[in-house]
Amino acid sequence: MKTEIILLFLIMVAGTGGELCVARTMQAVGPATDLRPGALIRLILRALQNGWMWLGFLLMAVGFFSLLEMFSLENVSFVVPVTALSYGFGALGGKVFLREQVTRKRWAGVLLVCLGVGLVLIGQR
Amino acid sequence: MTVARVPSKIYLFIMLMVILGPLGNVLLGKGMKRIGATAAWNQAGLLHFLTQLSGSGVIWLGLLCLMAFFAANMLVLSWADYSYVQPASAVAYAMVALLSHFLLGEVVTPVRWAGVLVICLGVLIVGHTPPRTTEYRG
Repeated sequence: MKTEIILLFLIMVAGTGGELCVARTMQAVGPATDLRPGALIRLILRALQNGWMWLGFLLMAVGFFSLLEMFSLENVSFVVPVTALSYGFGALGGKVFLREQVTRKRWAGVLLVCLGVGLVLIGQR
Repeated sequence: MTVARVPSKIYLFIMLMVILGPLGNVLLGKGMKRIGATAAWNQAGLLHFLTQLSGSGVIWLGLLCLMAFFAANMLVLSWADYSYVQPASAVAYAMVALLSHFLLGEVVTPVRWAGVLVICLGVLIVGHTPPRTTEYRG
């Protein structure tokens, strides 16, 4: 059980931290206006020149390998919903790190998502 | 209630994320069940684990789905807030429950289905907020 708790922590914190870094990168890169393959490749290459992107990859790799290990220990339909607890971290990270306006309505939605995760957890046992 | 105007491309790419992410996870789950847990966290154990990973077609297909998911995620994040995209993509949990039930034969209890519904309700509320609240930093 101790291994599962450590893995869940890594999945949530490292995984969300990595995604926040990618979001920060996309704030710097700007909006994708052209969806043709060539333009998309140029957009990705621009993103790869940003340091936040690489930190994001590193953190997401930690989260990903933790997720893989967790899959071998628990059912997918249990593991994946539990990772939704990271929604709380995500909204907080969006507000503090990315300076997004997380309104009450948005927080309410995030809380419902977390509540739903709680129900999914109870349903597992 | 005022509904925030959201460009359809945001919905479209979130839908792609919702399909590709769970599909990738389910395929990885299936592959990992075949391989089993890492026996030891030493060099030999990890090498053996990585060799088994790279030899699995299901794992590769799962990775391909997750790469496409990541590209869609990058695009959506270039148009919308992270705190909007992350909860909005939680519709994926309904997909996971469905795929786990029908592809992996896992039991999804009524309480877990209720949880999935509450998650979807939360997503609906987040979907009624403006998708972008920050300026670009570039």
